[in-house]
Amino acid sequence: MTLEVVIFYFAAAVAVAGAVMMILQRNPVASVMYLVISLVAQAILYVQLQALFIGALLIIVYAGAILVLFLFVIMILNLRGEEFRNEKHRPGRAAKIIIPVVFFLEVVAIIKQLAAPPAAGRATEVAADFGSVEMVAGRLFREYLFPFELTSILLLVAIVGAVVMAKRDKGKKEEEA
Amino acid sequence: MEQYLAVLIFLFAGIGLVLFTFFFSRLIRPANPYKAKNQNYECAEKPIGDSWIKFNNRFYIFALIFVVFDVEAVFLFPWAVAFGRLGLYALIEMIIFIVILIFGLFYAWKRGVLKWV
Amino acid sequence: MEITGIFKYLYELLQSTGLPQVLVDIIALASAAVMIFGVLAVIALFLVWWERKVSAHIQQRFGPMRTGWHGWRQTIADAVKLLQKEDITPSTVDRPVFFWAPVIAFVAAFMVYVTIPFGDGLIVSDLNIGILFIIAITTFTIISLLMAGWGSNNKYALLGGMRSAAQVVSYEVPMVVSVLAVIVFAGSLSMVDIVQSQAKIYKWYFFRLPFGPIAFFTYIIAATAETNRTPFDLPEAEQELVAGFNVEYSGMKFAMFFLAEFVNMFTVSAIGATLFFGGWQGPLLPSWVWFLVKTFALVFVLMWFRWTYPRLRVDQLMEFSWKFLLPVSFANLILAGWMKYSGWFNW
Repeated sequence: MTLEVVIFYFAAAVAVAGAVMMILQRNPVASVMYLVISLVAQAILYVQLQALFIGALLIIVYAGAILVLFLFVIMILNLRGEEFRNEKHRPGRAAKIIIPVVFFLEVVAIIKQLAAPPAAGRATEVAADFGSVEMVAGRLFREYLFPFELTSILLLVAIVGAVVMAKRDKGKKEEEA
Repeated sequence: MEQYLAVLIFLFAGIGLVLFTFFFSRLIRPANPYKAKNQNYECAEKPIGDSWIKFNNRFYIFALIFVVFDVEAVFLFPWAVAFGRLGLYALIEMIIFIVILIFGLFYAWKRGVLKWV
Repeated sequence: MEITGIFKYLYELLQSTGLPQVLVDIIALASAAVMIFGVLAVIALFLVWWERKVSAHIQQRFGPMRTGWHGWRQTIADAVKLLQKEDITPSTVDRPVFFWAPVIAFVAAFMVYVTIPFGDGLIVSDLNIGILFIIAITTFTIISLLMAGWGSNNKYALLGGMRSAAQVVSYEVPMVVSVLAVIVFAGSLSMVDIVQSQAKIYKWYFFRLPFGPIAFFTYIIAATAETNRTPFDLPEAEQELVAGFNVEYSGMKFAMFFLAEFVNMFTVSAIGATLFFGGWQGPLLPSWVWFLVKTFALVFVLMWFRWTYPRLRVDQLMEFSWKFLLPVSFANLILAGWMKYSGWFNW
């Protein structure tokens, strides 16, 4: 077993274990901690796939921005472990069974598809600079230019959404005052 | 991938060295906790209530706008690296991209969301 | 005096023992990690002493004078004292979160040094996503701040942690965008490539008018805010928040936050020296001396800021970033792109 394989299994195990621990925690901040561990392990997996840019992006955007947003939300809503125990909006028993079963079947289907021998013509070899930032740039700014520009519109919509929400909250407060 | 082995080693070495320092200091430091010492600090008074209280949501708005601009900055990295080879076309693309988002920033500004307090 | 030669010799010595190559690499990297840990500890001790001396002289005092020549042994004594201090964990804290916050803070500050070029060839690993990696790792600092604030179950700590995170988050984008302006010219994310693209003094990005100085000033302002230093030290405002997020920490856990803070200060200066002032390059002296000279000069600038400017108000702090620094850095990036395209200073 080479070092690369050892690292792969280790990172994969940590990623899954971190994700499982995350949903088992009652304390939301501890959940976020396990999510960080899981994200780091996933970044290692991306680096092993030579997708360096995606790996760095995962850390910057998820660990750096979205998790901070989660933490702020937790602190603003003041979510506490005990409050989850007697909450009213528990999913029904049917949903508890159906959703995991459907999800499990999906995973099995995907694994089956991937495990099938590659059909003729399916590329299995990758270019030498695969996953590098330069290659991502070449693809992004030539072939996928239009989706890229659309992203900026999407981000603009996100800003407008944030502004509208902030304004609505402020309006409420002024009414109360 | 060999160059990334260093990152992994540094991750574990960093955690290991910190834990070792904690362990080492444990050997030579006193440990004498009692109830009053283990109390939370609050201006030498008994703490009043819990400190996990609800916070003002302005933190949330800034974090939300930050997520948007962070994603944008990440998109700019490939552009910056490859710009020398991509030429004028890429420059115009990027100016459009930035201007659209700066427009969003000015919208938030004019609606008074960027005001703290 | 060539340090790289010593490392090469030691590496070959390790190889001659007949161990498998993988193991040799792991041992070499692990010893590099331990060595950098030692170097950083020494640098942090020096910076603490230096900060005290600089502040003292700015205020026409002497600072520590009695322990050794100009008090040089003072911080060593402080460190030994800190090692012996009782480590109090208040009974109301969230234990795992409270424990891991200082570990994450320090490890995040430490891992950056994988790809900081200390000199010509003096780099642990020249990652090809170098600066992007550094930005990714430093984001963990925000998480550690929030964990420390929340885990402490203390009102000051939580408020300090929240403020800290909001501040770091606000200044992150201008900092990244000002770094991008340099990358446009360097055409690479690798730290070594960035240094090598400024081989002569007129090639330093700082001197590429007009984009260079603008990028540098936005960078250094944002970096000051990211390291929570005056005039942006609201999260640690001693007078109102006692010490901010680390108020409940004592003993070695506190020391880790303290160490991380000074290491981060050195890191942002080292990145500034690498990106804008040609890194290790310079005549006559060995490369690592040049790197240290430039970095410490920038550290001095940060200290100078601290003992000259008063603290900002929180609304000024946030609005300065979003309404001034961010538009300026974006405009500067477009300017840099245009300069690169039209061939100004494109030597």
